[in-house]
Order: sequence, then C-alpha cells, then structure tokens
Amino acid sequence: MDVAIIGIGIHPFGRTDGVTGLEQGVDAARKALDDAGLSWQDMQFAYGGTGAAEKPDTMVSKLGLTGLQFINVSNGCATGGSALQSAYMAIKSGMFDLGVAVGFDKHPRGAFTVDPEGSGLGKWYGDIGMALTPQFFGMKIQRYMHEFGITEETLARVAVKNFKNGSMNENAWRREAFSFEDVITSPMVASPLRKYMFCSPAEGGCAMILCRADKAHEYTKNPVYLKAALVKTRNFGSFEVFSQNQALERADSPTVQASKAAFEMAGIGPEDVDVAQLQDTESGAEIMHMSENGFCGDGEQEEWLANGWTEIDGKLPVNTDGGCIANGEPIGASGLRQVYEIALQLRGGAGQRQVPNDPKVGYTHVYGAPGLSGVTILTT
Amino acid sequence: MATSIADQVPIAEGLFTWPSNDPRLIGSRCNNCGTVTFPAQSSCPACSGFDTDNIELERRGTLWTYTLQCFLPNRPPYEGPETPETFKPFAVGYVELPDQTRVQTRIKTEDVEKLHVGMEMELVVEKYIERDGKDVVAYFFQPIDELE
Repeated sequence: MDVAIIGIGIHPFGRTDGVTGLEQGVDAARKALDDAGLSWQDMQFAYGGTGAAEKPDTMVSKLGLTGLQFINVSNGCATGGSALQSAYMAIKSGMFDLGVAVGFDKHPRGAFTVDPEGSGLGKWYGDIGMALTPQFFGMKIQRYMHEFGITEETLARVAVKNFKNGSMNENAWRREAFSFEDVITSPMVASPLRKYMFCSPAEGGCAMILCRADKAHEYTKNPVYLKAALVKTRNFGSFEVFSQNQALERADSPTVQASKAAFEMAGIGPEDVDVAQLQDTESGAEIMHMSENGFCGDGEQEEWLANGWTEIDGKLPVNTDGGCIANGEPIGASGLRQVYEIALQLRGGAGQRQVPNDPKVGYTHVYGAPGLSGVTILTT
Repeated sequence: MATSIADQVPIAEGLFTWPSNDPRLIGSRCNNCGTVTFPAQSSCPACSGFDTDNIELERRGTLWTYTLQCFLPNRPPYEGPETPETFKPFAVGYVELPDQTRVQTRIKTEDVEKLHVGMEMELVVEKYIERDGKDVVAYFFQPIDELE
C-alpha cells in the first residue's frame, strides 16, 4: 500500500511569545486539515511528536475528542520525522486509511541543556564540560576538514545560502540575509564553527495529513507520494554525539545506512533527486550530510558550494526553506518541516523560492542526538 | 602547600586508577571480540556479549580531533571553576590510544591555538575543582611537548 500526503500545515518557526507549543501544533494540524479539505472528525489516527512541550495527545481537547488512536512520539532530534514515519507505517500496514502526523516544540532560549545521566552518561561527563552538542559538531567537521580538505570558506557559504533562502520564507525565524563577511567573522562557538553557522533551539509546529495512495485523488488534485520513510540508529563504530569513546575502525553513520535503505525502498538513486532538505544543525553538518546521503563524494563539497550547485537554481537545491540554520530547531517539528517544504516544492507552491523546472522527486534527512537519522523520499 | 594525593577525590569512581603516582584510565576489553571500551562496562557495545575484563589504557596517544568550547557551559550540569568574567575557551577532543580506542577528553594546554590533529598527547590527572572542602581530580590529556 503506497502512502500519499494530501494536506500540509505549518505554524511559523522561531519565537512566538504567549503561544504554547501545543497551540502551535494545533494550529499546524488545523491548517493541514484545511489544506486537505478534511475535518479532525475524519482522522482515524494521529502520531504527535514533541521533545520539550506539552503531551501531544492533549491536543484532542482542542481539536475534538473523537476516540481516535493517538500515540505520542519522542525520539530525540528525529522526533518529528519519527511521527511521520510512524504514520507512514500505520497506513502501509493496511490498518488505517487516513490520519495525521503532527509535531511541535517550544525550547528554552540558548543552547540545549543536557542531563548527562538521563542520556546514559556519568554525572562527571557534564561536570567537566563535555555534555554539549555543539562540541560534537565542531569535532566531527574538524576531523572531516582534516581528512577531505574542506575549508572554512565553504562552511560560511552554506550558512549564507541558508539565510538567503530563509529570507524568502514567510514561516522562517531568521529572515535576514547575512553576507559571507558577517558569517565568517561572527564569534566562534565550537571551533571551527561560528555563531552564524549554527541553528538554535526554537519553537514551531508542523502537520501532515496522510492517506492510502489509491484514495488520494478523492481529496486533492496534487498529492505527494511518500516512496520511503525510515529511521536508523547508530552502528558500532560510527562517530556520534556524546560518545565517551570511539572504536578505532569507523562504521558508516546512521545517515549513510538510512539513505541507502531509503533509496533501495524507493527504487531510485541520488541522481534522481531534484530538491533536498538535509539536516543542517550547523554548516558542517550540511556539508557532511551531502556526502553521507550519497549526493557527492567526500571533499567534492568545496566545488559544489563554490559553484552554487546547492542554491535554489543549482543542480541540487539543498535546504530551500533556509533549513535549521534559518528556521531554528524545534525537534518535534523539524523533520516535518523538511517534508512540508518538499511537498510545497513538488506542488509548485513555494513562491519566491520555488525550484525551477517542475521538480518531481524530493528528499529529506533529519539527524540528531543520540545518533539517529530519518530519511524520506517523495515524488509527485 | 600541596595536598597529598590521598586527600584528593576522583571526579568519578572507576574512571582512572586513584590514588596513584602513575594513574591510568580504566577501560574494558570484551573477551569475545576484543573491543575496548571507555569507561569500563560489563557488556560489549560491538558484539552484545557480556564477558569483559577491566584493563588499564595507554597513557600516550595522538589527537584525532578537537574543538574549542567558546562559551561558558550551562550549570548544571557544568561544574568547572570559571566565572563569566574568568572564562576562557577550553579544548575538548578525542585521543587515539594505539590498538585500543579513542577516548573523549578535556585537553589541558598552554596554547589552544597550537592544537592540531595528530599531535602527541599524554594523560594527566590533576585538580579540577574543590567540592565539600576536598580537591576533586579529573583526567586530561596534554601535548607531550608541554610536559618535557
């Protein structure tokens, strides 16, 4: 049973004072239902994701107590992506015809605060100052730059591109384009990564209505089909956040595993993808994820970024909505936002930032603590 | 006057041999597949076995990667001695211990600008903070050219 997305909704990302995370999720769900021409009363199931906000299933008191199956999802930075993947499986299994995946979050300002013991680490790990996710991203790209000759200029180019794309997105948090100079002279956060190369924890909500593909045209004239949706966790030997040690022999990252499996599931390859959203917790992540997802070889990103091949009019536009760098990262909604943007692009509705020449195949990739990746492949 | 090492408490039990004039990190080796883990654990993350022995890790290794932590981390969990006024960026990295594993560590150095991938490092255990009137010691790696 194939699965279609027939409605999409988003609550603007960033900071919305006075509006709870849950309310942002409800707003996104209502917009997705409107987009599909459906009512909450039609929903057979819901998967709701959040990391730091209210319990998602409490949204039924605002949307309607209909007795539907509602399951809460919490899966680190892939929480939103995992809600979608769960909804995909619910339909693919044949158990349901029609349902919703929704995610939202409202994180406190500043860097994520980590409870080491809650993450399976000793208390000492936090005491001595190693329980900080930016350090991992700094160390991973530092090693990658050493091995494959990526330069600081390329790191800056990624951020400049994503801010530029965000400036064309009415739902983005950061809507100001920054110059190359602004980015490369911004304060160092976790070397070699600087302030304007990082995303920040934020708020936002996003929702999709999914149905059996053979029924999609009953609801919409432009469904988007989910050809693959899956999540992989780390294998022994991959370099992950909060690893107190690492094996001497490197294994493929969960992103490589998820990407290969997703392409196999969809029966296509990286060369068939017209537009992609790749996890850009910071610029280095987008660079490494271009390769880990199979779109280029290690080190080729220098040439890709210098030539603008990931710009909206490039050969593979990446993070056309500004990515995490311009949208911030509410972990319950982030993976869904990526799919929202791809659905919009494939429907031709992305306005100023529309990818030219009718893109037909889209790709999303979310990555996060404690070392998991979610990938989807979408087609018209 | 320097405190006797007998009066210094480790930041966590079982991380390194202490008290000792030649402290070593304590890891574990899987008796099924040989995988070395740090800190020591009773099961193997590679083969899922649960027959491991504790071993003392090498004192010397090479810097595999690093980063500079450029802002004062949130408290809790951080317990470092700095104030917002005295904070200076500190280095964190992975040191590759030959034929064993790569351990994540704070790096002690006189000059963070000189750090580079591949430099030779050595384990040092020294005072990190004071807690309940006692010195708390933690492990660091330091470039060997600063030790000689």
